[in-house]
Amino acid sequence: MTLGELGPGCRCRVRRLRARGVLCRRLMDLGFYPGVGVKVLRNAPLRDPVELEIDGYFLSIRRSEAHEVEVESHEA
Amino acid sequence: MKRKALVALAGQPNCGKSTVFNMLTGARQHVANYPGVTVEKKSGFFAVDETKIELVDLPGTYSLSSYSLEERVARDFLIHDHPVLAVNVIEAPNLRRSLSLTFQILELELPTLVVLNMMDMAEKRDMVIDTAALSKKLGAPVVTSTACKSQGREEVAQTIKRMSASDAVVSFRIDYGPLEYAIAKIEERLPRETFFFLPRRWLAIKLLEEDAGAIHIVRENAPDADQIFEMVRELSAGFRKENGEIPESYMACCRHVLAGEIVAACVVSPKDSRYVLSDRIDAVVCNKFMGPLILVAVIFLLYYLSIDVGYRLTGPLVNQLLAFKATLSSLLPAPGVIEDPLFRSLGIWFMESMVALLTYIPIFLILFALIAVLEDSGYMPRMAFILDKLFRNFGLHGQSTLPLILAGVYMGGCCVPGVMATKGIPDERARLATILIVPMMNCLAKVPLYVVLVAAFFPQDRTLAMFFISTVTLFMALPVAKVLTLTVLRKHDQAPFIMEMPAYHFPTLKVVAGRSIERTWIFVKKIVSIVAAVSVVIFALLQFPGLGEERLASFEDRWTKATEEFRTKIGKDNAYQGLLAGENLDRYVLFVDAYRQATMGLSDQSAADAVAVEFAAREPAFAPLLKPAAGDKDAAAIRTAMRALDNTRKTIRREIKNEQLNASFLGALGEMLVPVTRYAGFDTKVNISLLAAFAAKESTVSTLGALYTVSDGEKDASLDKRLQTEMVGYTPLHALALMLFMALYPPCLATSIMVQIQTKSTKWMLFSIGYLMFLGITVSSAVFTGASLLGLSGMQAMWTFYGFAVLVTIVLGLYNPQPKPVTILKEKPA
Repeated sequence: MTLGELGPGCRCRVRRLRARGVLCRRLMDLGFYPGVGVKVLRNAPLRDPVELEIDGYFLSIRRSEAHEVEVESHEA
Repeated sequence: MKRKALVALAGQPNCGKSTVFNMLTGARQHVANYPGVTVEKKSGFFAVDETKIELVDLPGTYSLSSYSLEERVARDFLIHDHPVLAVNVIEAPNLRRSLSLTFQILELELPTLVVLNMMDMAEKRDMVIDTAALSKKLGAPVVTSTACKSQGREEVAQTIKRMSASDAVVSFRIDYGPLEYAIAKIEERLPRETFFFLPRRWLAIKLLEEDAGAIHIVRENAPDADQIFEMVRELSAGFRKENGEIPESYMACCRHVLAGEIVAACVVSPKDSRYVLSDRIDAVVCNKFMGPLILVAVIFLLYYLSIDVGYRLTGPLVNQLLAFKATLSSLLPAPGVIEDPLFRSLGIWFMESMVALLTYIPIFLILFALIAVLEDSGYMPRMAFILDKLFRNFGLHGQSTLPLILAGVYMGGCCVPGVMATKGIPDERARLATILIVPMMNCLAKVPLYVVLVAAFFPQDRTLAMFFISTVTLFMALPVAKVLTLTVLRKHDQAPFIMEMPAYHFPTLKVVAGRSIERTWIFVKKIVSIVAAVSVVIFALLQFPGLGEERLASFEDRWTKATEEFRTKIGKDNAYQGLLAGENLDRYVLFVDAYRQATMGLSDQSAADAVAVEFAAREPAFAPLLKPAAGDKDAAAIRTAMRALDNTRKTIRREIKNEQLNASFLGALGEMLVPVTRYAGFDTKVNISLLAAFAAKESTVSTLGALYTVSDGEKDASLDKRLQTEMVGYTPLHALALMLFMALYPPCLATSIMVQIQTKSTKWMLFSIGYLMFLGITVSSAVFTGASLLGLSGMQAMWTFYGFAVLVTIVLGLYNPQPKPVTILKEKPA
């Protein structure tokens, strides 16, 4: 499953990044590594982008990009 | 002996790097709680004892790859400019993530000073950082600071001095485990003499990462580059086969794991409470319903406070400026009876242009202070978060919000900071689209024209007409952005939208006031330089080649006849006949004119009396004529005759001005354009004002003002009243076409220069001027001619156009030819 499929309140763990190139680099810069825990905080008013909590801080990411992160869900 | 050392200042976005820069150099620099504000390199100087240090503030970057402009700028500086050391600013509360950049600087084998900034935040959160252990792990000195409170300056400065004098060697090295073999192989293959200027291990690592910059360096320098690449490819493929991962992500993982280990060893930290609070605030601020409402309220408040309240504050300032102008004009050569000396006209023109602009100062101070509050508080990224989806439908980006607001998305702003702010948009295509539509916003300089036209032509519907022009611009800009991204910008790069949402922060007065004053100062400097110069050029274009001798002589004749008439009227026996004989009459005419100007606008009787006394003292002989005593029939007769003479003088002066204008260079150009502009309803005078607007849009109103002035003396009617009476044959429809043209007017001179700087291309600058000119004339012609043919009134045409613009916006917003807007390279199966 991908990060983009998760709704607000979900917690998950990153399995791997599907993306390569710029997107991969940016995701890694911001802490998306295998094993890292991510919490989906909320959607923007128009359902996109998504605000996440990762590694103790917040960031927002578009849903299309969130689909490039494969995750294992912990709880719904 | 003085030594000079070049020191680089590097750090991730939002780590407080600019604050450290300011702390060290004392310079005020743009600091914002918005990732990606600093993009250009900025340098500042400071001295520690005898050592003079040049500190270069690099753009904030998460890493040193070749993926973005900022990263390339930062990395190229570190490699090619040979700083003696790098000061790496780290946001202490975010140590783990920050270390990835530190590692990359250390891998460049550059002596590095790690500055743990924002220590107050870390302490507030009960974080304990063992700096000695951290320093040992990194093999680099670590000092702490709280730059926003100027704490730690001395220690940072002294350590920089000490390090710049020593020849320390960087001992830090990341163990890449199974990749080490490949790294060593490649390093051996890179000839030492060819790549003396950078660490070969670093180059080997970057080649394995398939970094475009490293590949470029090798291609430029090694004659057998292709063989090297071939070898890298083989090693990389071999690694992937064995480990099921590409070297780039493997190495990134190694760094990440190492950062985790270091943090675990050196930091004790409970959960960040700031984010607990931020989360609660975000729950409201980014809420589905509340979010947009708060956003609209914030923008409304922003404009209300800056434009509405600001305008009220301009009142006293305007009076001050006018008084100052009056003082200055008394120093200019005295006016002539029918024609003023050239130097006087120029001086007055120049001062009027300046006053018109300087009155914006209170508005700018407030606007920039409020923007600073939004930036410093952390609300800006939330705005981008809320609006990204909407903007993306039109090819823009969430971060297009700030430039559009700065440029005046509703009303009042300035395109120069607007275009400047596009620097932070990571998506090249959206950035260019934003730059191109920013000039369509209602910058403050367009507002005076709107106000004047609305007051003159829509007196019954002021509010509605202002609402129309304030909001219709966005419905023109969004479709244009979409069309541009689908056509001319189609091939430009797009970037992922991954934006940090910093924790909310209470803005400090120092930052807000400092930034507001700094940005206002930039605006003032712009006026003094560019606009001042251009106003002189326009004056010349309006003044020359001037009237022929013959025409002037004929005006002189008319004046002589008028004075003869005056003498006949007052009669030969008038007691004051002698007083006004010959040249004295001209002097008297000027005296009366000066008196009228001095008393104009004085509602206070005692002040008016004081002026009368002063004038009587200036010319005692004329005193009895100023206020004729009761029963002084001769003086009363002179007053009556004087009124007629004065009117003739005004008529003559006005005719001269008009003829001069029509004969001038700009007049000729304005007339030449009439065949094109007449479909939009613009005549020669309007054309001239619009031509003058290219220098600065404020010029439109001042030029219109100058064109529709009866004479210097006649300032009692406000410009809208004058336009109403003077613009014969002008209808609200004309005004509408003119307002729409102004809304779409090409960027002014200063903005064009900024467009050139930001796009690094003269082609884009010319394009932005050209396409807007074309669009403006097309839209205003279509509205004017169309509405004239359909027989629509100004108001009808206004709302028909509004509806059309909204419709086009909706249709284009829904039209999305590429269902997947971001092209993402999928990992190839190993």
